[in-house]
Amino acid sequence: MHPAIPAQPRTVWQAMTRPGYLLSAWPWRSIGYLVTGAVTGAAALVAIVTLAAAGGILAVVLVGLPLLVGTVLAGLPVARVERFRLRLVDLEPVPEQHRVPAEPGLWAWLVTRLRERTTWRELGYALLFAGLLWPVDVLVLTVALLLPVSVTATPLLMATVGDGHEAKVLKQWTVTSWPAAFGVAVLGLVLLGLCAYVLGVAAGARAALTRLLVASREGDLGARVVELARSRVRLVDAFEAERRRIERDLHDGAQQRLVALTMSLGLARLDAPPGPLADQLAKAHDEAGKALAELRELIHGIHPQVLADYGLQAAVADAADRCVIPVDVDLELPGRLPQAVEAAAYFVVCEALANVDKHSAAGRAEVGGGHRDGRLFLEIRDDGRGGADAGSGSGLTGLADRVSVLDGRLSLSSPPGGPTLLRVEIPCQLTEPCV
Amino acid sequence: MLLRDGLIGLLTRYGHEVVAAVGDAEALVAAVDEHGPDIVVTDVRMPPGFQDEGLHAAVRLRETRPTLPVLVLSQYVQRRYAADLLDSGDGTGVGYLLKDRVGQVEQFVDALIEVADGGTVVDPEVVRQLLRRRRDPLERLTPREREVLALIAEGRSNGAIARELVVSEAAVGKHISGILTKLDLPPADETHRRVLAVLAFLRA
Repeated sequence: MHPAIPAQPRTVWQAMTRPGYLLSAWPWRSIGYLVTGAVTGAAALVAIVTLAAAGGILAVVLVGLPLLVGTVLAGLPVARVERFRLRLVDLEPVPEQHRVPAEPGLWAWLVTRLRERTTWRELGYALLFAGLLWPVDVLVLTVALLLPVSVTATPLLMATVGDGHEAKVLKQWTVTSWPAAFGVAVLGLVLLGLCAYVLGVAAGARAALTRLLVASREGDLGARVVELARSRVRLVDAFEAERRRIERDLHDGAQQRLVALTMSLGLARLDAPPGPLADQLAKAHDEAGKALAELRELIHGIHPQVLADYGLQAAVADAADRCVIPVDVDLELPGRLPQAVEAAAYFVVCEALANVDKHSAAGRAEVGGGHRDGRLFLEIRDDGRGGADAGSGSGLTGLADRVSVLDGRLSLSSPPGGPTLLRVEIPCQLTEPCV
Repeated sequence: MLLRDGLIGLLTRYGHEVVAAVGDAEALVAAVDEHGPDIVVTDVRMPPGFQDEGLHAAVRLRETRPTLPVLVLSQYVQRRYAADLLDSGDGTGVGYLLKDRVGQVEQFVDALIEVADGGTVVDPEVVRQLLRRRRDPLERLTPREREVLALIAEGRSNGAIARELVVSEAAVGKHISGILTKLDLPPADETHRRVLAVLAFLRA
């Protein structure tokens, strides 16, 4: 089986629809699947019964309790072996559904496993497998292999056991001549072909059941989506916290030193006699001042202090002040909003205004909004030439992601010729009345 | 810390006495109670929260001592902070400057003295931001009147404004009365009206 050739069947079911099935490896794979199923099933039965019995008896002296927990977890190795065996008759990928524990260590692993629905489903499968499925495997194998083989072997029986005179077919009918014996043998070969399909169907059905119970793609998918959404929120929060930390570090570190430096240089200039030294000092003083101004802009871009201190309304007014074109602000918020919402909304407004400055050729822009029905509404419009595209590499895509993390929506309307209107809606509650 | 030591050195050099230098807002209020200084210089951000504790402390101080001059330094100027400060007390004896300005040693000391004498000094950066806006009630002012108002906000005297704009002091006076009329400011003493004009400017 070469996975690169798509014409090759991927499962025993597909193989059975092809003409070459009888001569392919698939009947042998099916037999292998059923035989290993019978063996592992019997082993699982012995192991589970032993564990449960020992655990039950020893539970009185508490030593048995770990054994009982072990019994509950018996589904894990069984399911692992089953997923491995599945590859014999089903080449589709088999997803591992268990979650990775949040922390290292046996305890975290145990808690994670015991809380998962998958663990319990696998235990159910293990019990079903040990109690019912492997005997069925044995039965199917016996009937579908022994029957046609023994019929096909009729001439052989006649030559050996029957001394060339007679042979019993399936212990029911007696044949007494060589032509009849060979006729039965041909019948046996036909039967063998048929049984190859029976084995394929049996193996395919068993594999389908296994996939459904221990390797289905659904199941914990819902839980995983919830977990993913949560982790996304955590990620954004962590990102925001990191920005604040960087801002604070720059403010309390580099900036203070630069201020002290400009002060020292300023004082030195007062003492320096006029001449080349004074000129050099003046230049250094000037450069330090510029560095300070640049650092200030940088810090402000990372996380503006006014947003933390006064909230979105003041921060948006500030962003509007800094815009090159005149911006009218009509934003009324009776209180503060959650930090994540304030930050997302603020950076959307900044990005939108930056785009207005850079691309729109607008003469005026307007930022409006408010808080109604448990939602923050923001509208940024300009009278520019339009044609803005949220997808075309503008920073808006990232911001739309950020808004969507908060279950909000960002929409852009920008027909060629303008005007451009950007709307943001984020569900949130006011946290405290305005200061 | 670094900045505080630098400031102490700078002020001492210019013959001022630093009666107390403290590290957080609580200690600031306590130190003012103890020493009764001529002026308080504080950063907007202070421990423990590193948010706007310094500003709040300044505003609180002004509530109990409306005539205590306060000069607030900030890493980043924002008219909301300036407006909050000017609202405290009657708006006289208040300064709000970008921290960078301490590098311009002489101007900084001048501003400090101006504030200590009851003047109002707002950082030129705030003024520059505001001048970009074209909104009521400033829309009623002529460009020249806006320039004059910006200079008032920076704490300049009429004479200084006249020199800066290269006009006569009488012309400056005329502009100022034009501004005050257009901003609907009630007749009161000149200093107070100037502060109100600056406030109107910050709120616009």
